Amino acid sequence: HAVLQRTLTRTLVNQLRSYHASVLPTFISTSSPEFTAKSLAMDELVRDLETKLAEARQGGGFKASERMRNKGKRLPRERLGLILDPHSPFLELSSLAAHKIYPESIPGAGIITGIGRISGRECVVVVNDATVKGGSYYPLTVKKHLRAQEIARENGLPCVYIVESGGAALPHQANVFPDKEHFGRIFYNMAQMSALGIPQIAVVHGISVAGGAYVPAMADENIIVQNQGRIFLAGPPLVKAATGEEVDEETLGGGLMHSSESGVTDHLARDDEHAISIARGIVGDLGSAGSTASVPSAKPEDPLYPVSDLHGIVGTDVRQAFDMREVIARIVDGSRFREFKKEYGPTIITGFAHIHGYEVGIVANNGILFSPSALKATHFIQLCSQRQIPLLFLVNVTGMFHRYMVGSKAEKGGIAKDGAKMVRAVACADVPKITVIVGGSFGAGNYGMAGRAYAPRFLWMWPNAKVSVMGSGQLSQVMTTVSKDPAQHSSLKAEIEDQSTALYSTAHLWDDGIIKPTDTRDVVGLGLGIVTRERALRGRKSVGGSTTWDGNGNGFGVFRM
Amino acid sequence: SHGLTRIARKPHFDKILIANRGEIACRVIRTAKKLGIKTVAVYSDVDKDSLHVQMADEAYNIGPAPSAESYLRMDKIIDICHRSGAQAVHPGYGFLSENATFSERLAEAGIVFIGPPASAIVSMGSKSESKNIMSSAGVPCVPGYHGENQDAAFLFEQAQQIGFPVLIKAIHGGGGKGMRTVTTHTIAAFNEALLSAQRESLKAFGNDTVLVEKYIERPRHVEVQVFADNLGGVVSLWERDCSVQRRNQKIIEEAPAPGLSPELRADLSAKAIAAAHAVNYVGAGTVEFIFDNDTQRFYFMEMNTRLQVEHPVTEMVTGLDLVEWQLEVASGNPLPLAQEYIPLVGHAFEARIYAENPRNNFLPDSGSLLYLSTPTPTHIFAPSFAPLPPSETSTRSGLTPLLSTHDSITPSLRIEQGFTQGALIGVFYDPMIAKVVVHGRDRTEALRMLRKALDEYHVVGVSTNVEFLRTLAGNKSFINEEVETGFIPKHFDELFPPAEEPSPEILAQAALFVVLRDHSGSIGSTTQISPWTSLTSRRFGGDKYERVVTLQAENTSDQQAIVNVANTTPGRFDVIVNTSKGTTKFSNVPATLSSPTTISTQLDANYSQTTVVSQSPPAALPASSSPNTMERLHVFSDGHKTTLFLPSPNWLLSLGGDLLKVTKGALKAPMPSLVVDVRVKLGDRVEKGQAIIVLESMKTETVLRADTAGVVKAVGCKNGEMVEEGRELVEIEGDEVESSLP
Repeated sequence: HAVLQRTLTRTLVNQLRSYHASVLPTFISTSSPEFTAKSLAMDELVRDLETKLAEARQGGGFKASERMRNKGKRLPRERLGLILDPHSPFLELSSLAAHKIYPESIPGAGIITGIGRISGRECVVVVNDATVKGGSYYPLTVKKHLRAQEIARENGLPCVYIVESGGAALPHQANVFPDKEHFGRIFYNMAQMSALGIPQIAVVHGISVAGGAYVPAMADENIIVQNQGRIFLAGPPLVKAATGEEVDEETLGGGLMHSSESGVTDHLARDDEHAISIARGIVGDLGSAGSTASVPSAKPEDPLYPVSDLHGIVGTDVRQAFDMREVIARIVDGSRFREFKKEYGPTIITGFAHIHGYEVGIVANNGILFSPSALKATHFIQLCSQRQIPLLFLVNVTGMFHRYMVGSKAEKGGIAKDGAKMVRAVACADVPKITVIVGGSFGAGNYGMAGRAYAPRFLWMWPNAKVSVMGSGQLSQVMTTVSKDPAQHSSLKAEIEDQSTALYSTAHLWDDGIIKPTDTRDVVGLGLGIVTRERALRGRKSVGGSTTWDGNGNGFGVFRM
Repeated sequence: SHGLTRIARKPHFDKILIANRGEIACRVIRTAKKLGIKTVAVYSDVDKDSLHVQMADEAYNIGPAPSAESYLRMDKIIDICHRSGAQAVHPGYGFLSENATFSERLAEAGIVFIGPPASAIVSMGSKSESKNIMSSAGVPCVPGYHGENQDAAFLFEQAQQIGFPVLIKAIHGGGGKGMRTVTTHTIAAFNEALLSAQRESLKAFGNDTVLVEKYIERPRHVEVQVFADNLGGVVSLWERDCSVQRRNQKIIEEAPAPGLSPELRADLSAKAIAAAHAVNYVGAGTVEFIFDNDTQRFYFMEMNTRLQVEHPVTEMVTGLDLVEWQLEVASGNPLPLAQEYIPLVGHAFEARIYAENPRNNFLPDSGSLLYLSTPTPTHIFAPSFAPLPPSETSTRSGLTPLLSTHDSITPSLRIEQGFTQGALIGVFYDPMIAKVVVHGRDRTEALRMLRKALDEYHVVGVSTNVEFLRTLAGNKSFINEEVETGFIPKHFDELFPPAEEPSPEILAQAALFVVLRDHSGSIGSTTQISPWTSLTSRRFGGDKYERVVTLQAENTSDQQAIVNVANTTPGRFDVIVNTSKGTTKFSNVPATLSSPTTISTQLDANYSQTTVVSQSPPAALPASSSPNTMERLHVFSDGHKTTLFLPSPNWLLSLGGDLLKVTKGALKAPMPSLVVDVRVKLGDRVEKGQAIIVLESMKTETVLRADTAGVVKAVGCKNGEMVEEGRELVEIEGDEVESSLP
């Protein structure tokens, strides 16, 4: 009797809970030929991505690696592995930067950047890859370094620089040295982050010369490896040419000299491993500097449906439509999604969910953007802003019409005005944004869906994603109206299509990397863990996400004495 | 009627004091608890947290660690009896258990000594007196001539009476010197041996007096447990075989002694009872015999007037509680059972687990029990058997046990231990850690139980003989009952097979343990679950999780094994083991830690759960190339313990070198030990290499020498003091100050 009573009570309580109301159903058929074809195509793309990533991971290749090893050095990837907590996840950024950009191969733009845990604290790690052209800075190397610093600054993450670099690549100096977002900006960022209370740590494993010498010099605390790390503004040949003084590298800028005489370095290490061990100790002693990790508001739950279905749901042809809810159902906790304004403006999906326990507001395309869709998204973004819930944009601007709806009816309806509302809301939203491009991101749709220009904290692309001013369908139509030469059309079209691929985008650092569709949930989860950190900005004036500096009332950061 | 005469039965004590420590103190307390008797424990400073203190109703400190200042202090113990109101003292074994003075002083103080009368202790304490008493009581002693007449012809005559082979032994001899065996029954052979023994003895000891004794080629140690009451009753609880010994100490005992005929068993018991009668014995005692395997004859050796370490094997085959019997007798009650009702059921073994190093001549080890995991015992006391039917025929002798098979009995396991994880072993007292006691329907079953129990007995912190005992319990000759006192030297090669190099499977498991231990450490340290802690070792955007774990076996080789562990999918790893013998790959291995010391893996589809215990080096010890300064992993797999260590990186070693340079001149105790001799005093000038301090740790002497020339600046210990590991004993100010910079 008691058992019956209990069962009855349980049934009633469960009915009271609207548990199932927000669980997304799935309607896909994994055995359909369409699903299989899409799945195979995506598998192929992912395999290709994995091959390219594996190639990039080799850095400058076997010979260069052996040269480093023979000098008793650890390879850049080994240094990375040692600095991270052994159990840490590592969110590597833009691994395929500079892919096929320069005539010579510069894997990963000669620098490894990412976010990982060191001594239990999430940090941005920047590792010069000395196997690639001695770790020298190409234009994209600078861009990747600056992007890592930007992420550190926006999220209050301590920076650890693993330094071994000959400085700017001379043939490229015009595109490396003079401009605002060039080499000098690295040190500008270090100074400002230090002033913002974001610790800057440098480990000098090898040569760190001229401009490069300023990375350790600008750091709050640094380490040098004895008989291996060298810091000087000019090397022995230059010194000889300038003053006639003959001096060897170790005397001029070796670890013992800098640690015991000049004070340029703070810690003297026996070897690479020792230096990294000291750096780990430093990070362990950073106190309350930087931001602090936020606790997810809910217990994480796996989605109900297999993540592997994503390949067959999305496929690789951006013109083929799919229901974005099927994607959301495979990303969010328990596949639960509390949809907002479901029946209004149905070509955009808005609603609340959790990912790895973090609350998130999702804005996802599900067709062409009409006025109501734009208004609904605007409304939803304001809700998230008010409630301080981070936004996740799942981008797939599809269809014949590349962005917002066109045509007299749409224009009369004020689509430009409504589109602008959405763009304004995205630009000024008072919460962190994360963007994942799962399909196409074309034209003004790119703006409304938090493209790179709208400063999402992270922007990732799927291997099939496309980003350009318009989709290839419109492109053909537009070109026939502006020119009559079909040969010119096809070559321009081919060029634009090539420039719209994920690979092209990531090579140019228009994103933070291409991710496997099946990794989306975890990558976004890690990203939410970063963007939701409580910022401990001690300044009187908030500088927010702005990179313009007028002081924060907090002085200059840490001067090296 | 059998058993107790209920009407005459005197009450037990209300409260007793146990003048001992370790497993025997716990053993006595358990029985006392069972009988509703309150217990008082005594403890030295170092034992304040030990198990016997926790188990007792009351506990009193009786002084510093050295036994002479604590467990041997009769005055303090008697004082505590008065203070606590204890009516009797159980002495356990060792310490004051065979001390007649103690027994007398207790009697003077009106306290009951749970043991034999002082007179019996005195009689049996003297070897020559005890032999005389036994001879006159008709108990056979080893035939021999111990007289003054050293005439060669007379001695040969004596030898003929004794019967060849004989042993000629210098009375001052020792260590095999001045000892000769004569097997050939001729005067020439005898004289040759006699002269050579005399010559050798004269040279070595300045005396050539010899004795002649029967030489027993294949002796066994067989002993009989007797029990006597105040009313003149004496019974035998049958015999035990304790032949297999090392360094003249027992390590494995069994009951009954294998291969004895019922007649022989009855004869042994009869002689043991006669021995007890001869000295008016009361309480638990053991009459030890030397048994000649070849002639099946036995001779009296000595009588132990206490409850012995190995008493549980007797308990297991008789189903009795000997401590309860001791209390009955000490209370003045008659023996609980008459001889004909004492059962002998099945077969029992006891294996003593010692902190010692069998491969290093069984030298005792000392240290703390960092980790202790034992098989689960099935019993606390001996399993009780159904009472035997009253004897129907008068022809059955009381000394022939009814060898009951008792179909109802199942194999059982008892663990007598006095220590818990964390306890110090062998530093101040006996290095015995525990006793594993098994009982089976027959010897084969008991041995099988013993092997399994030893496989599951895991100790980290001190070297133990567990693996040796396990090898012994599986030895063919031992299984075939070929026991004798020379068993270990005779089967040395089988008992000490060459140490094996760790297998790739062991290395892979150890490396995976290191990897997973570090994972779970991160989760354990934070209560927040964020993807940054839960997505352990996941790498995104091209990076790959890879760890290289370097391992080295402690005993076998200098070769390092390099194990590469790469994460494939969550919870699965590719493992590549590189050793000097080659490379072994294990692909996509699922691995999890099911407890902080248990790793579950599936290598080549072979599922296994392995215990791995990590031992950190002492924190204050500077890094050096000695494995003592590195993390050690103890892997328990298939009854074998493999100890691996994680070699310190070069930079750490070089830093340790600096530190050693800086601290040069400071002599520290390398292990807990006794200061035997401080050879310098303040202000003395010493040379490099000069002996400064002599330490003793469990019968091994260590000389600490000056590592630099200089002047003694401080002396931090004195002769006879016990010092802990790492204590700075002497500081020497070196003549030249060395730079700490690299």
